[in-house]
Amino acid sequence: MTAITDHTDPTEVTGPPHQAWRLWIGRGLLAAVAAGFLYLVFGLYLIGEPVLAVIAMATGLLGVTFFGFRRFYTLRFVYPGIAAVFLFILLPVIYTSAIGFTNFGARNLLTLDRVTAYHLDKAEVDPDSKRPFAGVAGPDGLQLYFPEDAGRPALLTAAVTGPGEVAAEPVEGPAPETLPMKEMIQNRALLSEVTVTTPDGLGLSMAGLRDFAEIQPVYALADDGTLVSQIDGHVLVPNHETGFFETEAGEPVAPGWRVQVGFDNFARLFATEGIKEPMVKVFIWTFTFAFLSMVLTFSVGLGLAVILEWPHLAFRGLYRVLLILPYAVPGFISMLVFRGLFNQNFGEINLILESLFGVAPPWFTDPFLSKVMLLIVNTWLGYPYMMLLAAGFLQAIPRDHYKAAALEGAGPVRSFFSITLPQILPPFVPLMIANFAFNFNNVVLILLLTRGGPDMAGTKVTVGHTDLLGSFTFRLAFENSAQDFGLAGAISTVIFIVTGAIAYLNFRAMQSYAKKKGAGA
Amino acid sequence: MMIEDKGSLRLRKFLAHGFMLTFIALIMFPFLMVLSISFRQGNFATGSLWPDNPTLEHWALAFGFDYTRADGTVVTPPFPVLLWLWNSIKVGLIASAGILLLSTTSAYAFARMKFRGRGAMLDTLLIIQMFPAALTVIAVYAIFDALGQVVPWLAIDHHPALILTYLSAITLHIWTIKGYFEGIDPAIDKAAQIDGASPWQTFRYIFLPLSVPILAIVFVLAFIFLVNEYPVASVLLRQTDQMTLAVGARQYLYEQRYLWGDFAAAAILSGLPITALFLLAQRYLISGLSDGGVKG
Repeated sequence: MTAITDHTDPTEVTGPPHQAWRLWIGRGLLAAVAAGFLYLVFGLYLIGEPVLAVIAMATGLLGVTFFGFRRFYTLRFVYPGIAAVFLFILLPVIYTSAIGFTNFGARNLLTLDRVTAYHLDKAEVDPDSKRPFAGVAGPDGLQLYFPEDAGRPALLTAAVTGPGEVAAEPVEGPAPETLPMKEMIQNRALLSEVTVTTPDGLGLSMAGLRDFAEIQPVYALADDGTLVSQIDGHVLVPNHETGFFETEAGEPVAPGWRVQVGFDNFARLFATEGIKEPMVKVFIWTFTFAFLSMVLTFSVGLGLAVILEWPHLAFRGLYRVLLILPYAVPGFISMLVFRGLFNQNFGEINLILESLFGVAPPWFTDPFLSKVMLLIVNTWLGYPYMMLLAAGFLQAIPRDHYKAAALEGAGPVRSFFSITLPQILPPFVPLMIANFAFNFNNVVLILLLTRGGPDMAGTKVTVGHTDLLGSFTFRLAFENSAQDFGLAGAISTVIFIVTGAIAYLNFRAMQSYAKKKGAGA
Repeated sequence: MMIEDKGSLRLRKFLAHGFMLTFIALIMFPFLMVLSISFRQGNFATGSLWPDNPTLEHWALAFGFDYTRADGTVVTPPFPVLLWLWNSIKVGLIASAGILLLSTTSAYAFARMKFRGRGAMLDTLLIIQMFPAALTVIAVYAIFDALGQVVPWLAIDHHPALILTYLSAITLHIWTIKGYFEGIDPAIDKAAQIDGASPWQTFRYIFLPLSVPILAIVFVLAFIFLVNEYPVASVLLRQTDQMTLAVGARQYLYEQRYLWGDFAAAAILSGLPITALFLLAQRYLISGLSDGGVKG
C-alpha cells in the first residue's frame, strides 16, 4: 500500500544523466515496495480473502511494472492516483453492489464455516457426571478435592500448575482442609482451562464455581455437512438457498450465513408498494435539491466575486475574509448550529422573526419549509467555494477585454454577460457537475440537519420528505432495526447505475454547451 | 480602470458597500449567536441573544479543564475536544499532502502527455465522483477489516486506514489543476524541452513553482473537505480517543444528553485553527501569478 505514496519519489525518475546511486536507491525502493506487496498478498490469502489478495497482487504488479520499466514513464504520473481511486471508490462500489445480490444482514452475518463452528462450540453439561469440588492447599500448589458423592469415591487431583489435563486419584479418610471460596474465584481463569481425568475415564471441566462435570458438545459434524445432535439424535441440515441450518420440520436455526439470493432484493424493491412510490419522490427531490443548490451557490458566489473584483471598492480584503468565513468553519459544526438556530420554539431565528413579523415558521415539520431551510443552509455553506473558484478564474480574464468594452461604451452589466460569463463558464462546467454530484450525495447535511424528516405517511420503510437518495438508503441500512445490508446494497446498486447514467448524460450535455459557448465568445 | 463619471461612481460605491454590509451581517449571524451561546449559562438552547450572566464554564470544559461552579460543584469535561482536534488536523494535513501529490502528478500527465485511454480516464474520473461515499462504507470497512489482520497499523481504529481511504478524493482536484496547467503557455515547456529537461524536471521545476496559487487552493479545499468528512470516518474510527472532530462532535447533541453550551464553545475552539489556515492560504488564493511566467 505504501506504493501509492512512495512511487512518485523524485529519486526514481530523474532525467538522462543517471547517477548510479540514484538509480540504486530507486531500485531499492522498488524492491522494498514489491516485498511489502508480496507480504500483503500472502497475508490476505492466508486469512481467507483470496479476492482481496488478487487485487493487492494486481495493484503491486502494475505499480512495480510501471516504475521499473522506462517505457511506462508516462503512466508513473497517473498510476498512483488512479490506483487510489480504483481501490477506495470503484472497488467499494462493486463490492456494495455484490452485497445487493446476497442476504447479508443482521440475520445472515457470518460465513458457513463460522456458523458451523458456532454450532459445534455449543456444549451441554451432562447432569449425571456433575460433582462438587473444593480447593486444597497441597505441598506443590493448588489441588482439587471432590468429596464422596452419590456412591462415587472421594477424589484428589495432583497439583494444578497450568491449563490442561490433571489426573485425579481416589482418596480415603476424612476430608482435607479446603480453601475459602475467595481463592477459588481468584483462580477461576486457570480452573476453567483444566480438565480433570477421573479413574473411570471421564474428563471433567468446570461447570460452575462449585461443580465440575463432563461437558459434551451438542452437535457433531457429519460428512455430508449436517449436524447430528449428540443428545437426542436430531439432525440439522444446511440449506444453501436460505443460508440457515434447518430442522427436519424446516424451521431455520439462527444464526444464518451469507448466500447468493440473485435478484430477490431487487424484486422486493420494485414489487413492494410502500417502497416504490416514496423512492420516486425521493428521486425527484434529490435532483431538485442538487440543481437548485448548484444554481444558487454559483450565482451568489460569482456575483460576490465580481463585486470584489471591482477596483473602486474599498475594504475588499476585509470583505473577502468575512465572506469566506462560512467555508472556513467546519460544515458539520455549522449544520448542527443551524439545527439549533432554526428550532421552531426556542431557536434564535424564529425569536427574531416573531419579534419583527410575528411569525414562527415550522421549519422542521412542514415539508416545503424544511426544503427551503435546507436550501438556505446549503447556499450559506456552499457559496464561498464558488466565490473562491470564480475569483481565480476572473483573474485569468485579460484586463484588456474590459478596457476595450468600456471604450466601446459597454456598462458593467453588459460586460458581465458579454465578457465575464462566456469566459468563466467553460472552465466552470466540470466544477459545476462536481458541485451537483456533491449535493446529490450530501448525506451528511441531511443526517445532521433534518434526519430526512418530516416523515412521509403511509410508507413501508422510514422515509422523509427531505431525504436524498443517499440518506434514504443510509437510514434503511443503519437506522432500521433489521440492518438489511442486502436490500440496502440493492438500492445502492440502483442508485449507482442511475447516478452513473445521469452523470454521463449531464456531462455530455454540459460539454457540448461549453464548446458552443466557448466558440461563440 | 473603467471610464466612469464621478456621480454614478459614488452612488454605485454606496450601493456596493450597503449590499456587502447587509449580506455580511446575515452571514455572520450564526457565528455571533454561537459565540453568545458559548458564554451562556446552562446547556439549553433558550435564553436572550446577549448572555445575561456570562460564564466561562463551557470554555474551560472545551479546553479540558475541570470547572468549579459558584455553588462548589465541579464539572469535568465531557469529551477530549483538543485530542479530537489534533486527530482531525493530523489526518487532514497528511491526507491533503498526499492528495496534492497524487493530483498534481496526474493532472500534469493529463494536461501535457499523450497516452492511451487518457480521455476515457478523465471522463470516468468526473463520473466516478458522483458515487455517494456514504453508501460504500460497508465495503471500505470490510477492506480494512481484512487488511488490518495482515498489517496491524492498517486496522480499523487506526488513522493510516482513514488517510489511505482519503487519498482517493482526488478526482475533482485533478480536473482543477489540469485546467490551470493548460492555462500555462506551452512555449514554456517547449523551451525547457529544448534545454534538455525531462518531463519530470519540467513538472518539478517549471509547473510546480508556477502553480503555487492553485496548489494552495487545492490543499486548503482538500483539507477542509477531509476535516468535514463524516461517513467514512464514523465507520473506520470507533474508539473515543481515535475519533476525528466530525465524528466526536455529534456526541454532544444526543437526544438524551444535549450539551448545547459545551458544544458551542468546542465548536468555536475547533473552528479557529481551520479559519487560521484559511487566512494564511488567503494570500495565495488571489494573486496574478499566472501571467508572470511568459512575460519574463
